[in-house]
Amino acid sequence: MGWMWDVLRAVAGTIIIFSAVAFIGVMFGVLLERKISAWMQSRLGPKHVGPQGLLQTLADTIKLMQKENIVPRRADPLIFASAVIVVPLAALLDYVVIPFGATRWGPLIFRDLNIGVLYFAATSSLVVVGILMAGWGSNNKYALLGGMRSAAQMVTYEIPIGLALVTVALMAGSLSTVTIVNGQARLWYMVTQPVAFLIFLVAATAEVNRIPFDLVEAESELVAGYHSEYTGFRFALFQMGEYAETFAMAAMAVTLFLGGWRGPVLPPVLWFVIKLYALIFVFMWVRWTYPRFRIDQMLNFSWKILIPVSVLNLVVTAFFVVVVRR
Amino acid sequence: MLLDWGYVAIFALVGAGMVTLPLLIIWLISPRSDYPQKFETYESGVPTIGQAWSQFHVRYYLFSLVFVVFDVEIIYLYPWAVVARSLGAPAFWEMLVFLVILVLGLAYAWRRGALEWT
Amino acid sequence: MTGEAIVFYVLAAVTLGSALVVVTSGNIVHSAAALVPAFLGVTGLYILLNAEFVAGIQVLIYAGAITVLILFAIMLTEGGTGLGGRQRNEQALVGAAVAAAMAALLVVVATRTGWTAGGGALPPYTPGAIGQSFLGQNILVFEGTSIVLLVSLMGAILIARRED
Repeated sequence: MGWMWDVLRAVAGTIIIFSAVAFIGVMFGVLLERKISAWMQSRLGPKHVGPQGLLQTLADTIKLMQKENIVPRRADPLIFASAVIVVPLAALLDYVVIPFGATRWGPLIFRDLNIGVLYFAATSSLVVVGILMAGWGSNNKYALLGGMRSAAQMVTYEIPIGLALVTVALMAGSLSTVTIVNGQARLWYMVTQPVAFLIFLVAATAEVNRIPFDLVEAESELVAGYHSEYTGFRFALFQMGEYAETFAMAAMAVTLFLGGWRGPVLPPVLWFVIKLYALIFVFMWVRWTYPRFRIDQMLNFSWKILIPVSVLNLVVTAFFVVVVRR
Repeated sequence: MLLDWGYVAIFALVGAGMVTLPLLIIWLISPRSDYPQKFETYESGVPTIGQAWSQFHVRYYLFSLVFVVFDVEIIYLYPWAVVARSLGAPAFWEMLVFLVILVLGLAYAWRRGALEWT
Repeated sequence: MTGEAIVFYVLAAVTLGSALVVVTSGNIVHSAAALVPAFLGVTGLYILLNAEFVAGIQVLIYAGAITVLILFAIMLTEGGTGLGGRQRNEQALVGAAVAAAMAALLVVVATRTGWTAGGGALPPYTPGAIGQSFLGQNILVFEGTSIVLLVSLMGAILIARRED
């Protein structure tokens, strides 16, 4: 009964990854966001639930679970309800190809797919559909505007992300994430590909709708953007989707440019987590440093700066990798 | 290889279950109250005017058209990136031709103002 | 029935069921949303055929990009999008009859034809193999694709921007 064993392993792996992302990623991430925001603004942040406010998000989640799920009378119930499943699921599917570490038996990854980075690009593009469904299904002007803006922004920044992925695939000669990490045994791609790294980070910030690209959910004009009408646990699921996607992007950046789990002395998983949270900190730092873009600036920035620069970077990289060095 | 995707399929199915299950539980235990205002669409506290489902500007469509073309372009780059190193210099020049033709497209879109949010 | 056959029928049912919703739904946004499971079902069929690269493309381009394109196209139509346009007219029955006849014909042709089944395992369609073929014997097709993409981009811009 070999296949039973495989099924069992797959189910267990899924449950572990989902719980890890939900607790270590999302819940702790939200707390970290609040703590770091507070620190940067000389406040204290959440402090009363648990030691140093450590259980604040857990308390918030339990609170949200006790709330009613309201479906507005004018909303489209079917689309409204299914969007809430599409967004977190698409974000969590990204984690299939992320290598979290290495053990004696091989790399710690759910499945090392042949088309690894392409799979990542494909699943993260599905988030857009969920967000558009949420915006349209709510039948709320703020939500629909937020959803439309979000879709325009996310598809625009998918192209620089794709070009950065191709550049790294060219360096490693493979699409598999494990091979890419192994290709960085001597030197991180961050050193040889600083331009691609920067482009990936900027585009990832836009892809997950964070400041300075948060015009999708600009509080001062759009209430909360595409999830304005969602209450209770459905709201929590959207938050989870957003943070899961942020962590997935950061984890991918670690895998592609920061040598994944590789590092001296400390165990590989710990290295991965350290690098991951360092990047998450950068995201939060940027959040409190830059003002919000306007939509035309945001689109211009991608089409007229990021995309030409990443094409140029790809050509230069290809010249050195393919022609000069072989 | 099929085994890989079997794992992915299980991930998707179990994952969908793990997202849906709490929603079901909450649907069973959550409190419910019923008064008409609650189900109104939120519009900053004033009575909702009209539908949100209205006509949007064509520029969204234009941008997504340009996006689809470039997305398809990148798809062609993936297989090239995997084998370029082993094929050597010809692979570089062949890809350069491909990229130049597409950059012409970007330049055309730029020139015609398809990249302006006007 | 082998496991592969079961998976095939499940995927085919998902694809056809969603496609049926796309065609029959009175709400055009529901039709667009139902395209996503239909595309994903086709993705599964590609994977069964060992074509995982094509499957990745199917999700990235069709489920991710084309669906958004279609939704944007719907959003720019005049009047409310969710208010249910007329999807059927008086000729629905005639259309259904023609479609049924066509389907019956196809089934007869497919079952009567003596297909020669190739033996052995499917060749692996890895990204590397596809790249080899792009840069090797199919180089002209490959470069031709970029011209097709260029023309489609220019055409799209030309048509959409005609008013100014």
